[in-house]
Amino acid sequence: MRRRNETYKIITTKELAPKEKLFEVEAPDIAAKAKPGQFVIIIIGKKGERIPLTICDYNRTKGTVSFAFHEVGKTTKELGLLSEGDCLENVTGPLGNPSEIKNYGKVLCVGGSIMIAPLLLQVKAMKEAGNSVTTILGARIDDALIMEDKAKAMSDKLYIATDDGSKGYQGLDFLKELLETEKFDRCVAMGPVVMMKTVSDITKPFNIPTIVTLTPLMVDAMGMCGVCRVTVGGKMQFSCVDGPEFDGHQVDFEELVKRQRLFLPEERLNSVLWEIGGCKCGRNEA
Amino acid sequence: MAETKPKAKPKIKKEVVKMPKQKPKERVKNFNEVALGYTEEQALEEASRCLQCVKPQCVAGCPVEVPIPEFIECMREKKYAEGIAVIKSKNALPAVCGRVCPQEEQCQVKCVLGKIGDPVSIGRLERYLADWERDHDFQIPEKVKPTGKKVAIVGAGPAGLTAAADLAKLGHEVVIFEALHLPGGVLVYGIPEFRLPKAIVRNEVNYIEKLGANLRVGNMIGRTHTIPELMKNGIDAVFIGSGAGLPQFLGVSGENLGGIYSANEYLIRINLMKAFTFPEYDTPIRVGKHVVVIGGGNVAMDCARSSMRLGAEVCLLYRRSRDELPARKEEIENAEEEGLVCRFLAAPLRFIGDEKGWVKTMGCQCMELGPPDESGRRRPIPIKGSEFTMEVDTVIIAIGQTPNPIIQRTTEGLEVNPKRGTILIDENGKTSIDGVYAGGDVVTGAATVISAMGAGKTAAKAIHKYLMNKK
Repeated sequence: MRRRNETYKIITTKELAPKEKLFEVEAPDIAAKAKPGQFVIIIIGKKGERIPLTICDYNRTKGTVSFAFHEVGKTTKELGLLSEGDCLENVTGPLGNPSEIKNYGKVLCVGGSIMIAPLLLQVKAMKEAGNSVTTILGARIDDALIMEDKAKAMSDKLYIATDDGSKGYQGLDFLKELLETEKFDRCVAMGPVVMMKTVSDITKPFNIPTIVTLTPLMVDAMGMCGVCRVTVGGKMQFSCVDGPEFDGHQVDFEELVKRQRLFLPEERLNSVLWEIGGCKCGRNEA
Repeated sequence: MAETKPKAKPKIKKEVVKMPKQKPKERVKNFNEVALGYTEEQALEEASRCLQCVKPQCVAGCPVEVPIPEFIECMREKKYAEGIAVIKSKNALPAVCGRVCPQEEQCQVKCVLGKIGDPVSIGRLERYLADWERDHDFQIPEKVKPTGKKVAIVGAGPAGLTAAADLAKLGHEVVIFEALHLPGGVLVYGIPEFRLPKAIVRNEVNYIEKLGANLRVGNMIGRTHTIPELMKNGIDAVFIGSGAGLPQFLGVSGENLGGIYSANEYLIRINLMKAFTFPEYDTPIRVGKHVVVIGGGNVAMDCARSSMRLGAEVCLLYRRSRDELPARKEEIENAEEEGLVCRFLAAPLRFIGDEKGWVKTMGCQCMELGPPDESGRRRPIPIKGSEFTMEVDTVIIAIGQTPNPIIQRTTEGLEVNPKRGTILIDENGKTSIDGVYAGGDVVTGAATVISAMGAGKTAAKAIHKYLMNKK
């Protein structure tokens, strides 16, 4: 059903931290068009779900795209077991609108946990556009912090923050002090919803335009189902076709958190069933 | 024309041969097809009712001009292979059309027999032949000489598949781009298994691939490639059949609470992603005990009937009365047999959730019918002071879809109706861009499978003419 050279073969895999991986996959059509800020939908098997993953890198000559994931649910755990040479069922993209990359002056890039990987693509693009880039990387604990060296090499300044203070600053309170001493023209935040909300709340009084990348639930990711709807500035928007980037000062984060958890019980059930060896209910054996 | 001797006229059977169906109590527990199809005897008996009119009105009622009396004549002589070939000369998706076409408004409404009794059940006969063929291998028409022209079809739904089949048969090189990971469009993501088994859709697509069309899934035109890029890279003509995929919401408060689905989300999860088999398939769905479906079209019926199969008690809330229900009568009857409760002349005002963000209560308002609006249907008018509430676990909003805007946004020079987002075409399906044609829901807004197929056919004719005249 797919074109002969579209095998979606995994070319390289890399463990970034425990349970956090970066895959480079063959997808020449997507590699040719991908831009920072966009995402792909992947399906790992015939019975698999469609999950959105933000593009972390692309190589137009090799015809590959990269994405990072955290092994939390069944699909990502199963994905984590695949190795170089294995093929995915389908990769569709690039989806969503590309980021607005131009010379703003001084840009602050804030990344949290696994979203640090796609953030660095933004950092790279912002640098190439002539910006001075200050990067903040955040993680729960020191062990979970990824891609620090890469970020250091790319950014003009780098700050580290962890939830427990095991490395760098504890929490993001220091950001307020930083903004009081330094002026930024734009802020880009990618990470857990709570982190993006905190960043947006801190930058608001300083009037720094803050762009957040939303990763709500998606099914088709082409504007058809509406499960990714979010409220931005009081208006209903679809993250997949209107986003995934939005003005962080306008997003209803509280609603977003609730909507991200809609299928949590089912996701947990599926993950547990998979870990104990698959569903044994015997329905619809096919 | 040779005169036949007037013999004693055989008695015309006024009543249609009934379609065997799964019993309501049984079928509401499974997702298997409800209508089981005629047996050979039943099909032959129904075929014998056709009067073989010299000027058949039924053909005029068919958007793709299937030579109906001819295929029925073949059936009567038990020449089934010839019969299906007659249908396929005009219709590449007979197993689909035999199941989901609203024949009662098209071919059958024109049937002369309808004046004295039941019209011939053309759809069921078409289905019989298509199913017969599936059990007996396809015949692939002989390949014609390649024209050397390349056509891209955007969307593997009813419009695109029809255009692809017609153009492939004419010798053009056809590439179908489908954005989802499976072909079929609304036939796979929208219409449920119990009305149209997905294996049948797959089979019809196989036939179109065997005609020579090349299918590319997971390839979203407007993102992966754009139409201008295709035209630059050796494609001579494009047909856009991208459908009406964008769901409409009500615009009332609380609409983003958990447990509130668009009809699209609900049906995509169940049909395309097979959530009704979760955790066998990975995509979940959650359906509570009390489901309310808002809307009154075929999509609303599909949502309601799927919900009952998932064990829910379902209430349909429609703002007009029973007479205005846009769904097919047959679907309404099927749904009510399965236990659907309809609440007419009422509309939602707001949704109220619990502390976890799940919908709990729905505030509604009663309506009365005023004078007809632009659609010709009587306009619902709210009755003051008639508010009431309903306890709900799950709400499905099935009030219509509009075209997906991505192709329109990424194709410079493509003229679009600014209000409705539909692509503008001339009577041959041609858009404002030379070599680019469109048809189906992306042009008309949400309509029927067969009208989309008709549009695919019209455009295919025009594309063929365009390609053959192009230097």
